Amino acid sequence: MDLNLTAEESAFRDELRAWLTSNVPKDWNAWREKPIEESFPYLRAWQRKLQEGRWAAVSWPKEYGGRSATLMQQALFWEEMARVEAPPMANSLGLGLIGPTIIACGTEAQKKRYIPKILSAEEIWCQGFSEPNAGSDLAGLQMEARLDGDHYIVNGQKVWTSYGWVGDWCELVVRTDTSAPKHKGLTVLLVNMKSAGVEVRPLRQMTGESEFNELFFRDVRVPVENVLGKVNDGWNVAMSTLMYERGSYGARLHLIFKRFITRLIELARTIPRNGRPAAEDPLIRQKLAQCSAEIEIMRFNQMRAFSRITATGVPGPEGSIQKIFWSELNQRLQQVAQELLGSYGQLLGGDPHAVDKGIWSYAYLRTRGNTIEAGTSEVQRNIIGHFVLGLPRSY
Amino acid sequence: MQFGLSESQEFLKDSARKFFAGECPSTEMRRLMETDTAYDAALWAKLTDQGYTGIIFPEAYGGVGLGKVELMLLMEEAGRALLPGPFFSTVVLTGSILDAVGIPAHKKKYLGPICRGEVRATTAILEASASWNLHDARLSASNGKLTGEKLFVSDAAIADFIVVVAHNGVFLVDSKAPGLKIAPMSGMDLTRKLYSVEFHNSPAEEIGSPKDLARAFDIATAALAAELVGGMQRTLDLTVEYAKTRKQFGKPIGIFQAVQHQCADMYLETESARSAVYYAGWALEENSPDAATAVSIAKMYASDAGRTVGNRGIQIHGGMGFTWENDLHLYYRRAKASETAFGDATFHRERIASIVIDAGNVSAKSA
Repeated sequence: MDLNLTAEESAFRDELRAWLTSNVPKDWNAWREKPIEESFPYLRAWQRKLQEGRWAAVSWPKEYGGRSATLMQQALFWEEMARVEAPPMANSLGLGLIGPTIIACGTEAQKKRYIPKILSAEEIWCQGFSEPNAGSDLAGLQMEARLDGDHYIVNGQKVWTSYGWVGDWCELVVRTDTSAPKHKGLTVLLVNMKSAGVEVRPLRQMTGESEFNELFFRDVRVPVENVLGKVNDGWNVAMSTLMYERGSYGARLHLIFKRFITRLIELARTIPRNGRPAAEDPLIRQKLAQCSAEIEIMRFNQMRAFSRITATGVPGPEGSIQKIFWSELNQRLQQVAQELLGSYGQLLGGDPHAVDKGIWSYAYLRTRGNTIEAGTSEVQRNIIGHFVLGLPRSY
Repeated sequence: MQFGLSESQEFLKDSARKFFAGECPSTEMRRLMETDTAYDAALWAKLTDQGYTGIIFPEAYGGVGLGKVELMLLMEEAGRALLPGPFFSTVVLTGSILDAVGIPAHKKKYLGPICRGEVRATTAILEASASWNLHDARLSASNGKLTGEKLFVSDAAIADFIVVVAHNGVFLVDSKAPGLKIAPMSGMDLTRKLYSVEFHNSPAEEIGSPKDLARAFDIATAALAAELVGGMQRTLDLTVEYAKTRKQFGKPIGIFQAVQHQCADMYLETESARSAVYYAGWALEENSPDAATAVSIAKMYASDAGRTVGNRGIQIHGGMGFTWENDLHLYYRRAKASETAFGDATFHRERIASIVIDAGNVSAKSA
């Protein structure tokens, strides 16, 4: 066990820090509150700049424009990005999930065609996985793709698609064999979102925003050369994408949560409670301390998981504890914020009395989704129960 | 950065697990728990042969000179076996105090014999107030003599000497000293016996100052959290095994999500406590500026998680979990005693608050 950075890790971090110091945009704060439709060109430009410095996809192999960064270096990358409050990258799904899947499962022609434009944010990617009747039971999805000569004809609906409204391409999971067992009849298609018959509708969520879309496909023609991986092997291709979802990206959560708790502690010094600052109230102190401690434990768990993956080469199902831990902690943290702020906690951005421009009411509502998105807590507990502890499958 | 165990650390943990499984299986643990002191001289000699009695102490005093992470690993395995007797009191607590506050002459005289397995020892901390705050100690020595009472002193009846945390110093009292009266207190944990210790003009040798105790207390606190992790792991293992084999409604009960998800939570709590304990061990070893915070984080989390894991484990075992013959309640008892010892979660949350709120420093050492 040695928690000090190695020479390579320090060098990587120092190079990145130096680059960020001179390149991170100074005006992001002015942009971040605008609707994403407005700020999107800004995010594209930022990604292009990162790619000019070869920082957009550090985990990718060097020959594809990345840095072949180790998992620990990737974690450092996200930490540093969070530390300087860098804007997100426009093509985050393309860079984080879909690009790596194309590199792993794609043909040479596909890699040549898609990879450079993912890196440059010229083509934005979205993911067509969940359906109205296939959420946790993803393999039960029904979107149909029928072979017609050298094309598939695709019909059906997808839901919870991030970046659907701006997507140029979609990693789409479809059913190509209705007679096979449900995991064995799926195929992944790379679909041009500008194809005839694709309709994108905003999905309004409980925060009032529309981060996600619904996609409707009516007789959409997709050339057979756009199959990613093998026909009817789509489950494995999709799983390799979801594996990346539990990768190093979480390293930044620690800093984001820490920013929240630091601000809460600051607020507690000025908010009165029983005639003295809340920071002196024993109950509030207990709750703030509990959150602070759990934020650290989340990081310790993560560092252990990274070390294990580095040693064994594969992210294991133990990653499920990370998902449960961060999502439930975030909800507890926002509840503590609500208790501390009292009546002010409910005020939305725009209200003249709102604290911190209403981020606390927003975060309270938004974090409600954390234990549902990217695998519900129930599914994560099933994964731990069955794949880690070896208990019989419950479903 | 590498937060996994090194090869030698894995080896130590593995051999400790095998050692305890061989030398202190459940039957032996239960036999010792039924004795007055839970101490066994033959087992102690074997612990000494393994080098465990001198694990973290300098070789100059007969120790093995290993680090705090190694101590955490050993305590985790001791906790898994529910090792009865005075190992924690003698080696982890009193040994660390002697190492932290004593001058070389004291170490030679008192720490050396601990390392060599020649003596048992303990440390008397709490008084009637039962406060883990060191400046709440009222007992004072005058003219080299102690008069007064300490409570909740672990393993005092088989200690050859007792270190006493007093208001005006850290003292050492020989167990044969005049005016010393040791009486059992009936604690819930049957494997670690508690005593009241009364001093009446008992000669006491001053060995250091209470202000130098913090580090030794941090080491003992983290080690106790490590021991809790071992107990949690054992409880989890027994419970998962039971959930796989116990059948109701024609199925193993582990197939039911109400059972399976509790097992998943036990796993999450055990692993998270383990991460916190390993980090604390590393921070102590490196003398990292956040070591005290890291220790409190570990003890806070392990104190609560130890209890929760025990609750879930017994619940899943159903009626069988409530029987005397099942070992789970013995772990449950130890977990409750250890939850309180060296400060419970509430105590440590306040300690964390005093660092992150009052000192304005949220950060543990960050990468």
